[in-house]
Amino acid sequence: MLTEKNGEKVRLIGYVIIAGFLILLIRLWQLQVLQGAEYRKVSESNRLRVIGVPAPRGIIFDRNGIPLVKNIPYFCASLIPGEFDEHLVAGLAQLLGMKEEEVEEKITGTRESPFSPVRLKEGLTFKEVNYIEARRSDFPGLMIEIEASRGYLFGKTGAHLIGYLGRMTPAQAKNPEFRDVPPDAFIGQWGVEKLYDKWLRGTAGQKVIEVDALGREIRLLKENPPVKGSDLTLSLDIALESAAEKAFDGRPGALVAMQPDTGEILGYVSSPSFDPNMFAKGINRDEWESLSGDKNLPMLNRAIQSQYPPGSTFKIVMAIAGLEAGVIDGQTKVDCKGGISFGKWHFGCWRKGGHGLVSLHRALVESCDVYFYEVGKRLGIDRIYDYATRFGLGRPTGIPLGAERKGLIPNTRWKLEARKAPWYLGETFVNSIGQGYVSATPVQMAEMMSAVANGGSVYRPLLLKGSKPVLLRNAGVKPSTLDEVKAALKGVVNEPSGTGWVAKSGVTTIGGKTGTAQVVGIRKESKYLSEKHRDHAWFVAFAPVEKPDIAMSVLVEHGGHGGSTAAPIAKKAIEAYMLPLEKKKELIDVQN
Amino acid sequence: MFRIDRRTLQNFDWVTFTTVLAISVIGIMTVFSATRQPGVEAQSPLFIKQAVWLVIGLLGLVVFVSFDYIWLSRISLPAYITGVVLLAVVLVMGKTGMGAQRWISLGPIAFQPSEFFKLIFIVMLSQYLSFLRSPVNIGMLLKAFFIIVFLPFVMLVKQPDLGTAIVVLIIFFSMMLAKGLGRKAVAMIVLIGLVSLPFLGNIMWTGLKDYQKNRLIAFIDPQADPSGIGYHINQSKVAVGSGEFFGKGFLHGTQGPFRFLPERHTDFIFAVFAEEWGFFGSVCLLSLYLMLILRGLDTFRKAKDDFGRMLAAGITFMFCTYFFVNVGMTLGIMPVVGIPLPFMSYGGTALLSNFISAGVLINIRTRRFSLFY
Repeated sequence: MLTEKNGEKVRLIGYVIIAGFLILLIRLWQLQVLQGAEYRKVSESNRLRVIGVPAPRGIIFDRNGIPLVKNIPYFCASLIPGEFDEHLVAGLAQLLGMKEEEVEEKITGTRESPFSPVRLKEGLTFKEVNYIEARRSDFPGLMIEIEASRGYLFGKTGAHLIGYLGRMTPAQAKNPEFRDVPPDAFIGQWGVEKLYDKWLRGTAGQKVIEVDALGREIRLLKENPPVKGSDLTLSLDIALESAAEKAFDGRPGALVAMQPDTGEILGYVSSPSFDPNMFAKGINRDEWESLSGDKNLPMLNRAIQSQYPPGSTFKIVMAIAGLEAGVIDGQTKVDCKGGISFGKWHFGCWRKGGHGLVSLHRALVESCDVYFYEVGKRLGIDRIYDYATRFGLGRPTGIPLGAERKGLIPNTRWKLEARKAPWYLGETFVNSIGQGYVSATPVQMAEMMSAVANGGSVYRPLLLKGSKPVLLRNAGVKPSTLDEVKAALKGVVNEPSGTGWVAKSGVTTIGGKTGTAQVVGIRKESKYLSEKHRDHAWFVAFAPVEKPDIAMSVLVEHGGHGGSTAAPIAKKAIEAYMLPLEKKKELIDVQN
Repeated sequence: MFRIDRRTLQNFDWVTFTTVLAISVIGIMTVFSATRQPGVEAQSPLFIKQAVWLVIGLLGLVVFVSFDYIWLSRISLPAYITGVVLLAVVLVMGKTGMGAQRWISLGPIAFQPSEFFKLIFIVMLSQYLSFLRSPVNIGMLLKAFFIIVFLPFVMLVKQPDLGTAIVVLIIFFSMMLAKGLGRKAVAMIVLIGLVSLPFLGNIMWTGLKDYQKNRLIAFIDPQADPSGIGYHINQSKVAVGSGEFFGKGFLHGTQGPFRFLPERHTDFIFAVFAEEWGFFGSVCLLSLYLMLILRGLDTFRKAKDDFGRMLAAGITFMFCTYFFVNVGMTLGIMPVVGIPLPFMSYGGTALLSNFISAGVLINIRTRRFSLFY
């Protein structure tokens, strides 16, 4: 009986054990069969890590094949929070030279899975990288990520044109154009870097590696090598650019130089400039504040975003308009007595004593205001408008470097619509010498100069060497007219009485026109004025006069007289452009 | 004393022997897979060590089959005293491993007295119970508890080797059940248990070390912090689950070798196995354990005397407890209690002690026919 009872007990225990066994089986079935696929995925992502391999960006060259940028690695210290031991925060903060709270905040602040890396510190130097690498094994989950950034070999020079790289903004991250770009990557944020980002960018590669729980690479499973971005050859001449930048010496202003026959931009200065390397290494708050708070506005793209009264440089347009409209010819003479009176108003010539009897040639060479009052009077503002716009003034040039201002060429309709008032003849006088309502950007003035130099073709400014020229319009003026004006412009620089004599060069024949644009209404001797009331100095030029290869505009804000301030810059820029290639390369080497 | 005669061989329990041997061989393979270092030439020597211990274990098994288990009852008391003393020694001067003192170093060998103590404890309790009348009443139960269980239990908790302490407690009560408890006694145990649960819970909770508390929290909510305390459980479930029906194949598991799975060759070895062999392989392996346990139960039923019955029951319940707690923990349906899977987990002392235990089981079954002796 005892054994009988014993057997019953054993059977009971057996059932309990089998029941427990079945529970284990059900659980196994649940985990491995019902949820198996899901867990398989988790284990794969546990084990595999996809690492983006940044594509080397295309190199940007100047028109002579001189590289303007280089690709540099950008190191970041990242951490996978899921693999990190929180007790090590203090040590990690010390290793990275950061505050403990800052590190902790970054680790806990992530909304991603604990297995996706969090950037702790960016833009590490080589020394820091070595230091961290040597101690990395003490900090599970810590790794160095490498990205590609840029070094701008010429620093400030040409920064407004070349641009810079920066982090993708949240808005860009949503833009389908950047779909294939890793979220942490640098992309072009300004200038050519931005404009041709897609071309320069290349395709990021991928490395799939197997890692252990400490994030150590076990082996490489798959690799899609990155595809290097395409190189870009700009129309820019860095020798010219450097010379011009140097000649500006930080004074606010702009220079735009074009190739007359193609519209290719040879030089593009907006001064003062900024160092794009600051952005490429990740600009910090202090740097940004000092840059954006600078009263000289280095981030302002003056060549396209500032408009100024063109002053006497506008007389080029006036001369052409007068000749073409037939209101004057080369022999037409006007007696300059130092000004004219019109009703109760007096319109002076810059030379108080007057020029005497002047023809067109001398009127341009010596920049006689009275002559052009007369031309303006004969033309009327609407005909002036017609010819000025034929040369591209008053409308954007279409240079693709950002929001461009279009300047203003007034006419009677505009006055009526914008000012609700009729046009007065007195205003024609003022506008005839490039004052009053008339305004233009430096790039417009370069385009105008270029069209005058090339026989009347207005080309869109282009940034790449060898681009197909884009003819915007033909001014439709007689070659004889342009020849006459160009001869006078040559005289401006090369005749002893010319206002632009400072620009006279032994290397090439330069033709040009000075301009002094009033900032305040009453013209005074500029040296008595405080700087911000001083006149803007203009100089537009082209060279060589016989067969123009370069045309440019130079503006120096509050520079005073165009002949003394702007003309030397143009001369230096043109001479730099005319240097033989070996000389240019030599100069560049010295500079670097 | 040693009697390996024809009859012994004839009645030898080949089922138990084959089962534990099979499990151990699978265990060595799994230890190899779990500790292999991908991408590294030199492989971990742990599986070789385990194989050496298997051979030692087999010798131990043979030794413990070779003499009549009755002898064990005669040495039970001195063995028990020695065991308790060793536990005390560990407490005082033990080597710390995993935040707990469990090891004693004897020259080059480090061993865990608590591993052997379980068996010694079972022998002692079997000896004690075999003198008691069945059913056991509450007074007898309490007496047995305080005489045999209390002191070592406290010392095990102190070590702390909570796993073994709980196993010892479970073995005690299940052996009491196997002996036969009176209705009153059962009712009293349930009552005392219910009344003291809040107090006990409180005392236990405040007495627990932080890592032990974390394990309990993690068991209740593993997702609470996937990188922290719930990490073990989650990674274990990922390993098991990712095996799917047929597994990733031997040496193709990733959770273990890449160290996502902690304690991969010890407490969580079943997860490594399940990842590589899938549901199909897991069911086969678990069936081997079921066979071992049911066979042990059968030995309990068929043993020729009360001492043998108690001994068989104790050893079987010990295997049973380890098995369910370990696999349950690996599958995320039990709290993480650091106890190994018998015959599978890496650990020489445990393997030897398990083989000796199996040897005793075989011994009892082999000598179940009292007539011959």
